[in-house]
Amino acid sequence: MPAMTETETKPRLDPAVPMVSVRGVGKSFGANVVLRDIDLTVNKSEVVCLIGPSGSGKSTLLRCINFLEVYDRGEIRIEGKLVGYTEAAPRRQLSNRELRDLRRNVGMVFQQFNLWPHMTALENVAEALIQVRGMDKAAAVAHARRMLDRVGLAEKADSYPARLSGGQQQRVAIARVIAMEPHLILFDEPTSALDPELVGEVLQVMRDLAADGMTMVVVTHEMGFAANVADKVAFLDRGRIAAFGPPREVFHESGEPRLKQFLQTYHERNSF
Amino acid sequence: MDLTLLVDYGPALLRGFGVTILCWAAGCAIGLALGFALMLLGRTGLKPLRWAVRAYIEVIRGTPFLIQLFLLYSGGPVIGLRLEATTAGILGLGVYGSAYFAEIFRAGYQAVPKGQVEAALSLGMPYGGILRRVILPGMLVSTLPAIVNMMAILTKETVVLSIITVPELMYEMQTMAAETFATFETILGMALFYWLLVEAVSRLGRRAEARVTRFLTHSSNARA
Repeated sequence: MPAMTETETKPRLDPAVPMVSVRGVGKSFGANVVLRDIDLTVNKSEVVCLIGPSGSGKSTLLRCINFLEVYDRGEIRIEGKLVGYTEAAPRRQLSNRELRDLRRNVGMVFQQFNLWPHMTALENVAEALIQVRGMDKAAAVAHARRMLDRVGLAEKADSYPARLSGGQQQRVAIARVIAMEPHLILFDEPTSALDPELVGEVLQVMRDLAADGMTMVVVTHEMGFAANVADKVAFLDRGRIAAFGPPREVFHESGEPRLKQFLQTYHERNSF
Repeated sequence: MDLTLLVDYGPALLRGFGVTILCWAAGCAIGLALGFALMLLGRTGLKPLRWAVRAYIEVIRGTPFLIQLFLLYSGGPVIGLRLEATTAGILGLGVYGSAYFAEIFRAGYQAVPKGQVEAALSLGMPYGGILRRVILPGMLVSTLPAIVNMMAILTKETVVLSIITVPELMYEMQTMAAETFATFETILGMALFYWLLVEAVSRLGRRAEARVTRFLTHSSNARA
């Protein structure tokens, strides 16, 4: 494995190549078409939120970006590199082994946190540093401690996930991802499994990341976060992107009836 | 009851006890290793391999251990496999156990939450590392009770080895009974011994379980 220098691990701001480029992507589960002809561009240091009713395909689209989900048609590129398939036609699906180089630069935060329950917070963060980045144990642990400190959990380093609140677990999961110094982080409904009073602490960590210039694609039901933090918002409906643009446009100026109906349910839920 | 029997036959019984423990421990080790390998082979993309593993498991589970042991020990030489009795006994026990262990591991593998593996994949971890550091520890927690149970069952299966003349405890005790006609003492002693062995295995298992599930304790009931 070639030694990684500092400059190589930092996202390089070459604005000519978008961080994520999705072109004509389609996916079906049997007869059920979940994604239809999706086009989406995420530029470097942008925060893009994917919103929409459940079953609209937003989580599936997110999971296609790091190929946890296989897309059938079209192409997805990360920093110009085709995701999941060989460049040469006829395209062949890559194995998990071949996907590792791509995935090490793309972090993912899950709705259910997915921490490894038999490892402490610190061990959760250090594990991939040792296995993927090839750091020795002492360096990995030191780096992991800094990352836990960054998400405000330095004092929980030796706690097992079962002894942490949902919000704390999700912050450990974020620390685990940012420790790898990814160029892009995918968030799959990161606050949907949390009690309402714990949502804020996770969103704050995400705001800090956005302020640091991290490129983020976030599937969320937190309309406040989308409105205030996102550079672009994509509204998905029945496997299509039905509206896309800066949050102001999408939330206030779009004439898309399905979007209006979708936002209406939020207004109603939050008015009491 | 005639206690002088114990003086006369004590050394032989102790040797038998040692052989029983040896056969059991070695058989379990082979069974666990082979069972784990079978589980992994059964998960490969190669259909013929999956079928072969399935067939192996079904045949082993579907036939009595005694017959498998005869086939190995008496039938082995037909295909040029000449094994000493104890070796055949250990191997037979391992093969027999492996089919059950493979099924336990298969269930355990499936019980590891998919999200934990996806998290590892999304970080770029290699499969070997994911298996060793994420899947195996998760499997250990969910399968340990079943593994301990199977190991307890195997302690009792060791008595079958006496039939192919492995000099384990059952064999030594039968010898003693035949030479002294002290049948009652022998049978009682045997029952007591195997019960103690199973009890010891179960206790060790419970201790191991408490150890591997330590991390699951919530703050409310955890010790400081």
